[in-house]
Amino acid sequence: MESLALRAGGWLLLAFLAVAAVATAADSGFAIHMAIFAMAALAALWVTISRADYGAIGRGILRAPDPGRYDDDVIRWGVVATVFWGIAGFAAGLFIALELAFPLLNFDPYLNFGRVRPLHTSAVIFAFGGNALIATSFYVVQRTCRARLAFPNLARFVFWGYQLFIVLAASGYLLGVTQSREYAEPEWYVDLWLTIVWVAYAAVFIGTIVKRKEPHIYVANWFYLAFILTIAMLHIVNNLAIPVALTGSHSYSAFAGVQDALTQWWYGHNAVGFFLTAGFLAMMYYFVPKQAERPVYSYRLSILHFWSLIFLYIWAGPHHLHYTALPDWAQTLGMVFSIMLWMPSWGGMINGLMTLNGAWDKIRTDPIIRMMVMALAFYGMATFEGPMLSIKAVNSLSHYTDWTIGHVHAGALGWNGMITFAAIYYLVPRLWARQRLYSLRMVNWHFWLATLGIVLYAAAMWVSGITQGLMWREYGADGYLVYSFSETVAAMLPYYVIRSAGGLLYLAGAIVMVVNVWRTILGHLREERPMTEAAYDPAADRPIISTAVLAKEG
Amino acid sequence: MTGGTLYDTLRHFADSWGLVIMTGIFLALAAWPFRPGAKARNHRAATMIFDDEPRAEGSETDGR
Repeated sequence: MESLALRAGGWLLLAFLAVAAVATAADSGFAIHMAIFAMAALAALWVTISRADYGAIGRGILRAPDPGRYDDDVIRWGVVATVFWGIAGFAAGLFIALELAFPLLNFDPYLNFGRVRPLHTSAVIFAFGGNALIATSFYVVQRTCRARLAFPNLARFVFWGYQLFIVLAASGYLLGVTQSREYAEPEWYVDLWLTIVWVAYAAVFIGTIVKRKEPHIYVANWFYLAFILTIAMLHIVNNLAIPVALTGSHSYSAFAGVQDALTQWWYGHNAVGFFLTAGFLAMMYYFVPKQAERPVYSYRLSILHFWSLIFLYIWAGPHHLHYTALPDWAQTLGMVFSIMLWMPSWGGMINGLMTLNGAWDKIRTDPIIRMMVMALAFYGMATFEGPMLSIKAVNSLSHYTDWTIGHVHAGALGWNGMITFAAIYYLVPRLWARQRLYSLRMVNWHFWLATLGIVLYAAAMWVSGITQGLMWREYGADGYLVYSFSETVAAMLPYYVIRSAGGLLYLAGAIVMVVNVWRTILGHLREERPMTEAAYDPAADRPIISTAVLAKEG
Repeated sequence: MTGGTLYDTLRHFADSWGLVIMTGIFLALAAWPFRPGAKARNHRAATMIFDDEPRAEGSETDGR
């Protein structure tokens, strides 16, 4: 009871502080954010006081089965949140793609490209990807450790605290609150909030590993742990800043000049390496073997993959700063480590693909396996393209062009998106104790819509990127640049339209997924022809009867 | 000590002993699962995720 009073008092105090911050706010963005924060604190207060068993409420709304061996409530919320933020993020992406093709759509100031673009990147990376990582990590760590989540209340705080972070970040971008660091745009107070949530997340995850009943820690947990710890370190260092006022939304970075640039890209590239790679590889190392019903091809290779990735990735960031004020040796270091990264990346891809050895027919019969294989194929493709783009000579053509955008989306849509969709399709029937998905054929539709979307997207960006790069560097005989910048922009129009079409297909696939997941949660089963049927010809398919038997019977 | 010399000190440590130590740790960690006698443990670790449910046909492996 005392702890209840203490917790309720704590939330009330936070709400009061937030209201005081609204009253004394130096700018309107900070005031709006503190109002959101106060409402969240009051909601937490209400939940604490009423002591509502909102696990039960959640189970009622989401029609979840009885609690089982594992604590799966947060995971169910996480799956729903992943699907929801996925649609929001993909739709935002389609919108900004259309803005680039048709500048008329830049509705100033709140919906111009500059504000919606970080909304898109944060929504897909941190809201869609982050919720998928939190949900799957809680799912995998419980199953592979054979233990329930260590701190159930803290796990619920992690989920809701993370959603609050997303809402603060997204609303901030539209209001113009940004510290303009790539993939780390939220301002100092939102960064502090995320730090608290992330420490709680690490406590739940590590606590569950500590109380495990299985002696060995499965390799997927190594990847999840590397992701959680490294992101904590990156987040704290990259966001070191001095606020202008304690009640204002502006701050200045602790670093200046090229040191600041290197810190940003040390963070930025490792956000790719440890958020979008290590975390999603953890998903791969659990869900691919489970769906294929075969153990990972080589466990030794997975350990080698892990340590190589950890030791190499952290040095690759400087390749974002080729031909800048960064010392030449640091640029070369970044390039060399990026090229070395190719090997562990392909080792991991081969390990994932070869897990299907002896079960390759499942690519034909199981659309979820097909998604996983496509994800691994794009992982391999993006991790080949990345080292190639990091080579200085290639980078001098590709840097600042749409080629980079194409590369990022091959990785994000192909690898992160596809493996997440596959994990969602794996999880939903199990989490809600359904016999199967509502429809496997709709998974197949999702697969083809998404694949076609990525192909249109990546191909358009390759062509536009190389076109851009070549036009920018084209000199005439008189030594002057041949094209003005606006001419290079005008040349992009067809590719931007094709890119938007690709995004539309990808979004359409995700909407098919929403229907499928929703109906599965409701417990519906679609009457449909199975994906594969054994061919049977009564005339030809007769057993061979040995002549000895025939002779005896005759 | 000026900023320049501190930088030089760190820089020289990074590309001499620092590099040797990091490489040594990496090689030791990477070689660990390949040690003699680790085969059975790797096999057990790889198949452990199937233990709490009925095993599917043909999912046995040779412990790579």
